[in-house]
Amino acid sequence: MASDDMVVSEKGVGKNRWLAAALLAAAGLYVAWRAVAFGCGTVYVLPADEGPTAVTAWEAVADVAQPSLSRTIGVWLAALLTLAIFSFLYRDNPLYKLAEAVFVGVSAAYWMVVAFWTTLVPNLLGKLFPAWVSAGLMPGLAPEREEGWYWYFVPLVLGLMLLWRLSPRGAWIAAWPLAFIMGATAGIRLVGFLQADFLNQIGATIRPAVVVVQEADGQGVDWAASVGGTVQAVLLLAGVLACLTYFFFSVEHRGLVGRTARIGIWVLMITFGAAFGYTVMARIALLAGRLEFLLNDWLWLIDPAGLRPPDWTGWW
Amino acid sequence: MLQKLQQLDRRWVFLLMLLAVAGPMLADWRLPEKPTALVRQTFEAIDQLPEGSKILLSWDWDPSAEGELGPMANAFVRHLCEKKHKMVFIALWPVGQQLIDDTIEKLIRVEYPQLVYGRDYVNLGFKPGNEGVIKVLLTDLRQLYTTDARGTNIEKIPVMRGLNTVRDFDLVISVSAGYPGIKEWVQYASAAYPNQVRLITGTTGVSAPLLYPYIPDQLQGMLGAIKGAAEYEQMLLEKYPPPHREDVGKYQEALRRMGPQMAAHLLMIGLILMGNILYFASRRTKRA
Repeated sequence: MASDDMVVSEKGVGKNRWLAAALLAAAGLYVAWRAVAFGCGTVYVLPADEGPTAVTAWEAVADVAQPSLSRTIGVWLAALLTLAIFSFLYRDNPLYKLAEAVFVGVSAAYWMVVAFWTTLVPNLLGKLFPAWVSAGLMPGLAPEREEGWYWYFVPLVLGLMLLWRLSPRGAWIAAWPLAFIMGATAGIRLVGFLQADFLNQIGATIRPAVVVVQEADGQGVDWAASVGGTVQAVLLLAGVLACLTYFFFSVEHRGLVGRTARIGIWVLMITFGAAFGYTVMARIALLAGRLEFLLNDWLWLIDPAGLRPPDWTGWW
Repeated sequence: MLQKLQQLDRRWVFLLMLLAVAGPMLADWRLPEKPTALVRQTFEAIDQLPEGSKILLSWDWDPSAEGELGPMANAFVRHLCEKKHKMVFIALWPVGQQLIDDTIEKLIRVEYPQLVYGRDYVNLGFKPGNEGVIKVLLTDLRQLYTTDARGTNIEKIPVMRGLNTVRDFDLVISVSAGYPGIKEWVQYASAAYPNQVRLITGTTGVSAPLLYPYIPDQLQGMLGAIKGAAEYEQMLLEKYPPPHREDVGKYQEALRRMGPQMAAHLLMIGLILMGNILYFASRRTKRA
């Protein structure tokens, strides 16, 4: 019986594979047809003093813009990598793994280059050897040394100590700059949280429970806004107190304390619900953004911003 | 039937979601938006400033949040250009610098060619250091930014005249996707100098609920997720209509994504209801 199930299941998998391959081939043919017939995905640029500017197909109609091969390849690569990542929703596959590996590799390399040109060169080498950096690497930097420039030897030494971690012996040396980083970060963040998330939040909660709002012209009271403001102030205070009661474990949650704690749970659940709703909206917005890129920038199936003439067929 | 639905392959849900988002997009389904009080407050924070005010724009996001933050970043910049404010761009995220370049190339240079780089706006680029950057900017901006992103000495850039710290700006706008971002701006800038640093933000749906406690004392305005961006676009279109009526689609990046949002949310609600019905139905069957 078990082997019969296995045979059926293998047949099912084989059928699914053929179906997936046929669908993929049909989609590929469709995209190839659109590329040949319409030149979809083409990007046009306008030559300018500050470098080429990406423009719409309308400028190509007016014969002032040229198609850009490098940018067009960029759009096609972005579209194919997007599809490769989406393919994971069907199942894990080599195309997804390739896109993932490309992303990780490019990110790592990008971070390395950015760190070199935005930190090491201007903030360290540029401070220690400004004339050399200004002459050879960053012409915009002032070539004179600042007052107290020698203090920058401290981060240089700490940085080298941090790299000692890579050495097979004396890895403990890296612990010292690491301790400095941890201590400094904790100190900086403590002050920020204490002021903005603790003291100021207490101040924001202790507000008059009865709110009176004047009319815009100053003639009388705006009752609707006043009632709304009062309800909001009372709800805010009651919600905060109820939540605090829920997290107060020194007293058993029974009687009045128990009922208040229960209201606190409800307030927390409403908060989590609101956060979940926002998260759903965020994720759908990201999906919509990607789909708009595929349908508009790549395949030219939609044109919500009027970027192309209605009968536009690319560069030929 | 009940068992079949309970064991439904989740890929069918993915497919339904794809159709729910792509369908309204292909049908160009758009919905009207009515701005909420918070979005109006954010809009007024920019609109009520006198012409030529100095604005610091911190691009604290990367392309992974483009679907949400791209439209609101563009709406902010369009509003600032319409009001002829001076714009100084910085980035706390490394890819932010390229996104600033993108905004300048595709929006400012195309739609507002009369604005001049260096005189009306400048890109100071990315600086590493997270909240450390904000702390230095509060005391001495020129210590950290000696050049702009193109390598021009900051002393030679006209728009930077008289700008030495964040407190010299009339408004700070952070388009923020996470850490470092608007939370750090609140903690280190507006909390430290409550009457000297005015702060507004456009942020992702994931971050927005965590930022409400800062409003209005520490954060003067916020656009939360694509909905906030759509309402902002609506206000911008009403107050500053596009020069050519047929171009209106170009200014509705967020508005046109509200149709797919509506369809996808309806699907989500339907799925949640169906999941609950299936759960209770199966419990009843088990009891029987």
